[in-house]
Amino acid sequence: MVENTFRCEQVWREVSNYIDGEVDAALRSSMDEHFRTCKRCASVLAGTRNVVQLYGDERMLDVPAGFSRRLEKRLENRLTHDSAVKGSRWSSWSAWLVPVAAMALIAGGLLLTNNLTHWHFVRSQHAEPAYKIPPDLVVVVSDGAKLFHVPGCPFIHDKASERTMTAKEAMQEGYVPCTRCLRQYLKTGMSGHSATEVAEGGRVEEEEREETLSVAGH
Amino acid sequence: MTLTNPTHDAAREQDLILQVQRGQSELFYELVRPYERRVYAAALAILRNEQDAEDTAQEAMLKAFANIRQFRAEARFSTWLIQITVNQALMRRRRERTVPMEGLDNRRDVSDNENEYAPRDFADWREIPSEALERKEVRQRLAEALATLDRKYREVFVLRDMEHLNIQETAEALGITVASVKTRLLRARLMLRDLLAAGWEQGWFSRLPFEKGNKPW
Repeated sequence: MVENTFRCEQVWREVSNYIDGEVDAALRSSMDEHFRTCKRCASVLAGTRNVVQLYGDERMLDVPAGFSRRLEKRLENRLTHDSAVKGSRWSSWSAWLVPVAAMALIAGGLLLTNNLTHWHFVRSQHAEPAYKIPPDLVVVVSDGAKLFHVPGCPFIHDKASERTMTAKEAMQEGYVPCTRCLRQYLKTGMSGHSATEVAEGGRVEEEEREETLSVAGH
Repeated sequence: MTLTNPTHDAAREQDLILQVQRGQSELFYELVRPYERRVYAAALAILRNEQDAEDTAQEAMLKAFANIRQFRAEARFSTWLIQITVNQALMRRRRERTVPMEGLDNRRDVSDNENEYAPRDFADWREIPSEALERKEVRQRLAEALATLDRKYREVFVLRDMEHLNIQETAEALGITVASVKTRLLRARLMLRDLLAAGWEQGWFSRLPFEKGNKPW
């Protein structure tokens, strides 16, 4: 370390900004002068630059084997599902039926009020429909199963055919909530739950809302 | 160095975005494929678990697909995608609480300016060439060094230096201030420098093209 008008500690504090070009001309000039005369700080600068260069290299972005194939398959499943829904919705309908359907939906909507689930068939006749579930909640379903789950729920059957969608879409396809991971959205779950767990459900809903706002903001 | 695929030029990307927004869903994977590794890295930085990171990367892609009509051309598509990923990963961490608690230092998240970090003193520093990254074990060691950083430093470092978000975008993605990003980034870089130096002592880079017996400083 050498005597310098600029102290080493000040240089260390600014070295990252220096590399990013976030220091003004006067400070940069003082730091340049310091680096010329202080070996330790020159080593700090060189090492820090080396770190930025190495980790910034694209080769550092490794993914697990098979990652791309699995991602592509999941996207394909989603796209196939979307086009199937579109096809079944529109292929057999003539254009003149659309206003009639709209009228029927409006009339139905007046009767349904808050309950989102009663107008869908359900895959399990014995299951309980969801109660006050956030329609945009991201859930996971699999083909041949009857329940929808939060991602990562250990009770998902047939993970190979897993699909992600919103709770509303899952209900439209007839899925009902998993009694383990989505218990707080079942009436029986609500009554049997502690206040904390119900509050947790509210918190998740809050997060989902935040997320939607954040995505919408871009 | 740019992280985008060189063959994936901006005009083609804009074109793909427009087509997907107009309903050509089958083009979506082509649109996001150049960024899939960045998306995974962002999720891994937050979740620290490969399976969770992969699930989250897939969910983020599906989320981006579902919201593609909300994307505005004035933003960078890659940044938008990374921000969705970070959001999904943070939500998953809060919801599932699967990420183990980290060290005391991480929980004591009061001020980043409280303790100055004094970097290790070396006589000199000789650059570790980027060719070293051709070796998988070197990449692995660097990833392990990164994983030892406390969460708040690791997240900022990955978004800024590996994902190449700018300071403002990093701050927005993580919901912290610009000043915090700068302070955490400084600390992360200095700590990684010291860890790389320690790695030399442990022989990480032993087969690099330096003269026999010479350390890089």
